[in-house]
Amino acid sequence: MSLLNVTDLDVRFALRQGEVRALRNVSFSLDRGERLGIVGESGAGKSVAAFSLLNLIAKPGFIAGGSIRFDGQELNGMSERCLRKIRGNRISMIFQDPMMTLNPVLSIGEQMVECLKAHRRISSREARTIALHKLQQVQIPSPETRLDQYPHELSGGMRQRIIIAIALLLDPDIIIADEPTTALDVTIQAEIMALLLELCEKHNVGLILITHDLGVVSQVTQRMLVMYAGRVIEEGPTREIINDPQHPYTQGLMNALPQMATPGERLNQIPGSMPSLSKLPSGCAFHPRCGFVKRADGQPRRACHDVIPDFVESGNCRVACHMVAEMLNGEPSLAKEETP
Amino acid sequence: MIAFLTKRLMHAILVMFVISVLAFAIQGNLGDPIQQMVGQSVPESEREALRERFGLNDPFHTQYLRFAANALQGDFGFSYFYREPALDVIARHLPATLELVFGATLIIVLLSVPIGVYSAIKPRSPISRFFMGVSIIGISVPVFLTAIVLIQIFSIGMTVSLFPQDTAWGSWLNGFLSTEGGMPSFGRGQDLTHMVGYWDSNLFTLGGLRHLALPSIALASIMLPLFIRLIRAEMQEVLQSEYVKFARAKGISLRRIYFVHALKNTLLPVITVGGVQIGTMVAYTILTETVFQWPGMGLMFIDAINRADIPLIVAYLMIVGVIFVVTNTLVDLVYGMVNPTVKLTGKPA
Ligand SMILES: Nc1ncnc2c1ncn2[C@@H]1O[C@H](COP(=O)(O)OP(=O)(O)O)[C@@H](O)[C@H]1O
Ligand SMILES: [Mg+2]
Repeated sequence: MSLLNVTDLDVRFALRQGEVRALRNVSFSLDRGERLGIVGESGAGKSVAAFSLLNLIAKPGFIAGGSIRFDGQELNGMSERCLRKIRGNRISMIFQDPMMTLNPVLSIGEQMVECLKAHRRISSREARTIALHKLQQVQIPSPETRLDQYPHELSGGMRQRIIIAIALLLDPDIIIADEPTTALDVTIQAEIMALLLELCEKHNVGLILITHDLGVVSQVTQRMLVMYAGRVIEEGPTREIINDPQHPYTQGLMNALPQMATPGERLNQIPGSMPSLSKLPSGCAFHPRCGFVKRADGQPRRACHDVIPDFVESGNCRVACHMVAEMLNGEPSLAKEETP
Repeated sequence: MIAFLTKRLMHAILVMFVISVLAFAIQGNLGDPIQQMVGQSVPESEREALRERFGLNDPFHTQYLRFAANALQGDFGFSYFYREPALDVIARHLPATLELVFGATLIIVLLSVPIGVYSAIKPRSPISRFFMGVSIIGISVPVFLTAIVLIQIFSIGMTVSLFPQDTAWGSWLNGFLSTEGGMPSFGRGQDLTHMVGYWDSNLFTLGGLRHLALPSIALASIMLPLFIRLIRAEMQEVLQSEYVKFARAKGISLRRIYFVHALKNTLLPVITVGGVQIGTMVAYTILTETVFQWPGMGLMFIDAINRADIPLIVAYLMIVGVIFVVTNTLVDLVYGMVNPTVKLTGKPA
């Protein structure tokens, strides 16, 4: 049993036009100290997945089913009171945009001390000492003065360091980082990522890293998930997926990387764009953009249009694709669940 | 800080200059001052002599400069009716108005913050819906109607039965409404505490407060719906923000999120709007004071208009202008002090 086991997570948004399903049958696990990457185009459901782990999905979203087992406890359905003891304490989060994440009217010190005091019975003085120590760990120059400063006095990179320090304040088991460097200057992205990796390794903290940078995923994580339209479509050891992606979508993502293009030519983008959740295509949600809906002999593969693919094992990976299933087993992989 | 104050002072001077030109222009157009002074029977030659003597034949700018120079020394001329300096008349009426505005402001703050915050946190609860409904009605009801209804209910007592008399609650409500409320609805009453100078206060005796109650409520009712809606809207927006989500992800209690993280950010824009509205409320006192015969500047101003007491009218306009400028500056100062992202410099943040 891993530290975190997510099984068949189902998250929906009750919108005026009807219910949309933002996550379906999302399953993954994370061992202690393990680093997991989640990739996919924007709108794939990565952030929804991150927020629903701690039941922080805002209305009209809700967790409609599935299980989130963390260290022997079930988080889905847990009371707010108990969840609050886990949030920021045993599982903490880092958000995308450091310019928006800190409260503009509270000093850095207040925002750190309150977090410590929410989880431990300690004096403000002790809390300040711990906060100072964490600021030193994230290599912020003159940390004492930072404690009394307000967010607007600090640069984006500096703020993200502070947010990392806040995430580490209570020595959590897991940090969920939702695109922690996307909003930063390109020049400091690598710096912040390296810092996060170093601290996670040093303190044996598990990391769920959401990003669309496959380079970062391959450098930082041991395992990865590829998401498309609210589903996991490929999952396995990062090295194997990067070296030999099975799902046509994952292959497309790899081919779209700048280093795969001939200099001076256009990048090999996947044609089309991800469908909106309210207008999901039938069968495999990726089929309208997929180059493999026809077999090599030109025959269309009906299953791609009609049936949601189930996972097949391929080496150490799991892939949800009829084409892959056919190659492995000679027949398409039929999901237990039909499209509603 | 010094740069900030200098800048505000320049603003203030500019605003006061515009107001004074307008006030002075009005003065010239409100009828013939000589006629006000001497009446019909005086022959035209004597009138002309008087005009010459008072400088009324001088060009506009000469007259304005004379007026401005006097005004700067606090001299707005003599009130025709009271036969004393206009500024003294105003000073006598000012405390009553300021106390009325103070009472209304207090009511607005004490009610709008909790109601606005509650209805932002629980937008679907029946209580929130009730307050939102009432505030829509409140926005559209004119203040004199509110005032008259208040007087009818709390001062006179209802003379008709509004509720079914044959039910227990109906007859209780009818009885409650028809009992002579006895809330004073006329003037400031006798229980005034003398403070300093012209300032007699309603705030320190029960009788004084009772007299202040209905006029303050009526005046507050104009702005209250606006404030409730403003606070609710701001708070709802803040509750959607990333920093509130992050605070939740840190495991901070909802109570602390609402009242420490969200409220402070909610009230910042409210302070700015609120300060301007308090200035506006001074002008709204005209109606409220008329209905309740509250002897403040507003009532004095209406009387001055009826009596064509031009120096008093001009002095009133100037003083209201000063109050506007002063409240706006104070609001900016307070805003700068509570908002860490604003440095009180001459430059806009
Ligand atoms: N507040 C919301 N209301 C309605 N739908 C939402 C909301 N938040 C997310 N969704 C849906 O969930 C999908 C996934 O969003 P998200 O997880 O933010 O994508 P990403 O992978 O880019 O992080 C969106 O495309 C949208 O359809
Ligand atoms: Mg996202």
